[in-house]
Amino acid sequence: MLKTLAVSAVAAFALATGAFAAGEAKNVPNVDFSFDGPFGSFDQNQLQRGLQVYTEICAACHGLQYVPLRTLGDANGPDLPNDQVRAYAEFYEVYDEGIDDFRPATPNDHFPQSNLENAPDLSLMAKARAGFHGPYGLGINQLFNGIGGPEYIVALLNGYTGEEKEEAGAILYENTYYPGGWIAMAPPLYGDDTEFADGAPTDLQSISEDVSAFLMWTAEPKMMARKQAGFVGVIFLTILSVLLYLTNKRLWAPDKARYKNK
Amino acid sequence: MGGIPHDHYEPKAAWEKGLAKRLPIVGLMYDTLMIPTPKNLNWMWIWGIVLTFCLALQIITGIVLVMHYTPHVDLAFASVEHIMRNVNGGAMLRYIHMNGASLFFVAVYAHIFRGLYYGSYKAPREVTWIIGMIIYLLMMATAFMGYVLPWGQMSFWGATVITGLFGAIPFVGETLQTWLLGGPAVDNATLTRFFSLHYLLPFVIAGLVIVHIWAFHTTGNNNPTGVEVRRTSKEEAEKDTLPFWPYFVIKDLFALAIIIAVFFAIVGFMPNYLGHPDNYVEANALVTPSHIVPEWYFLPFYAILRAFTPDVWVVAATTWITGGIIDAAFFGVLAMFGAIAVMALAPWLDTSSVRSGRYRPMFKWWFWLLVVDFFILMWVGARPAEGIYPMISLIGTTYWFAYFLVILPLLGVIEKPLAQPATIEEDFAASLSGKAGGTTAPSAQPAE
Repeated sequence: MLKTLAVSAVAAFALATGAFAAGEAKNVPNVDFSFDGPFGSFDQNQLQRGLQVYTEICAACHGLQYVPLRTLGDANGPDLPNDQVRAYAEFYEVYDEGIDDFRPATPNDHFPQSNLENAPDLSLMAKARAGFHGPYGLGINQLFNGIGGPEYIVALLNGYTGEEKEEAGAILYENTYYPGGWIAMAPPLYGDDTEFADGAPTDLQSISEDVSAFLMWTAEPKMMARKQAGFVGVIFLTILSVLLYLTNKRLWAPDKARYKNK
Repeated sequence: MGGIPHDHYEPKAAWEKGLAKRLPIVGLMYDTLMIPTPKNLNWMWIWGIVLTFCLALQIITGIVLVMHYTPHVDLAFASVEHIMRNVNGGAMLRYIHMNGASLFFVAVYAHIFRGLYYGSYKAPREVTWIIGMIIYLLMMATAFMGYVLPWGQMSFWGATVITGLFGAIPFVGETLQTWLLGGPAVDNATLTRFFSLHYLLPFVIAGLVIVHIWAFHTTGNNNPTGVEVRRTSKEEAEKDTLPFWPYFVIKDLFALAIIIAVFFAIVGFMPNYLGHPDNYVEANALVTPSHIVPEWYFLPFYAILRAFTPDVWVVAATTWITGGIIDAAFFGVLAMFGAIAVMALAPWLDTSSVRSGRYRPMFKWWFWLLVVDFFILMWVGARPAEGIYPMISLIGTTYWFAYFLVILPLLGVIEKPLAQPATIEEDFAASLSGKAGGTTAPSAQPAE
């Protein structure tokens, strides 16, 4: 029995040792997002504020090419009313092969691609970076805190030291959380860059969190449905396990009874 | 089956007799499902069902994913995002397939180490073991090619590194690598052939699984005591065994339900935990990720591959003796495949006459050290090759080979095994009465 337990523990450990992020990078400060944990969900107001920050600031250089504009109306996303989605889409121009010209975007189009060649697309950024690592490549921090993509974005937006240097004709900005320490992106947010209709705070930390939450949604738009499916699945399977346990016990009882208490 | 006497299917109605005469399919299914199975199988004997489930799960989810996926370097990454965003249930489907691979490997490693501990590989079950090893190799090939399909950064660079292994083979390496890739580098030709093979190999695995089951149905199951089922009469055989249906089907399903519950929790709440963030960046041949790491299930063997650097004296000596034909890179490749080869040869390397590790006092320690070694190798496989880590890899690799090539053959000679129970029934009864030693069969039957 001990052996069986040990081997099961070993198997569980195999699962737990995944996500070995590599050479230990720096851990970023944890942020208490509304969508953290198995029961966490997106805060629609925050997603809408994040969309506003993205539109007014990030979108100047970055794109969201994998995100269909219509999903801004998703109930589990920013949940904008249909007319607002349509009005928002019209801000953008897309190239239409059919008419061989640019036309205003419709909800069926995607967000545009990045305007600058060296500005990465942000659709999946919140899943493409890890904020937490280790210790010693064991993946324990990620097991308890999540992988930390959105936290990494918050840390990056807050991580500028103010130092600049010129390298090969380009200006680099020192950033504590960027691998290598020098990033080509000028500090995009300073705090009070915008005003929110809902009166939410606009200091640097708050708007970074808002835009990071929005980018988590663009990276994982089905998160809420996924967690719900996981929850339903676990409950059903737990009930099934109990029923099968009882069935199994009953099934084996007559044969086992022949040997008991001898 | 397995030379174990038991009841066979008897066609009764006229149509049953008629069908049996033309196609004995009912009899085949009956004998397969009702195979006498040792009563004393413990919870480590459930992994076969889990593995069968995984194969079915991966094939079914895979077939649906293919309906929406586009195997082209310009479109693959976007088509995966299409599945994640636009296909109904697509995100769930893909996460199940992605994590299903991990569940598959958790189960296969548990299954393999079960076999190693209880001596399931020993005569007369060598064929079952060898077929199992072939299935395991095919699983690794399938998983590796599947990981390339989303065309993320780690897909691309993983494929570059792993196919580079073939490039390390002397003389023919470069030609072989080009032939495998369909060009000088990982590109569209590589993606399309990996896609084709990723779809083909699971069906080859399914065929081999049938042969694997056929093989152990011919010899009968091993069991925790390693003692064979009594075969002299049906009465005796029935004291040692119970039919697979319903006893073991229900038992296995119970275990499977728990395992899938855990699996669903991972898929639902942390589906990217076992993945790598870099794979959410589209493949770019011009940007190398700072650290290329394979999926967790390859890490022990990846550690063995990397353990042999040019400064290790065995490598230096081999390179010198072979006049540079076997350099460190090729040595590493040989070691990696060798690590699996020695495992496949376990039936002939293990000289002990006792099958189950339960009655082998010295073997136990070495076995558990091998399990620890496996996890240490898995851990160092993901660490950067600097500092103390190459030394740990080398020690771990040495033990892996020593276990199979030195310890297993020697133990059979120097170890004094403990007394084994005379019959499976004795072990079963002992486990129920809570006594450590074997007792005799029941003296009285309780009133029904």
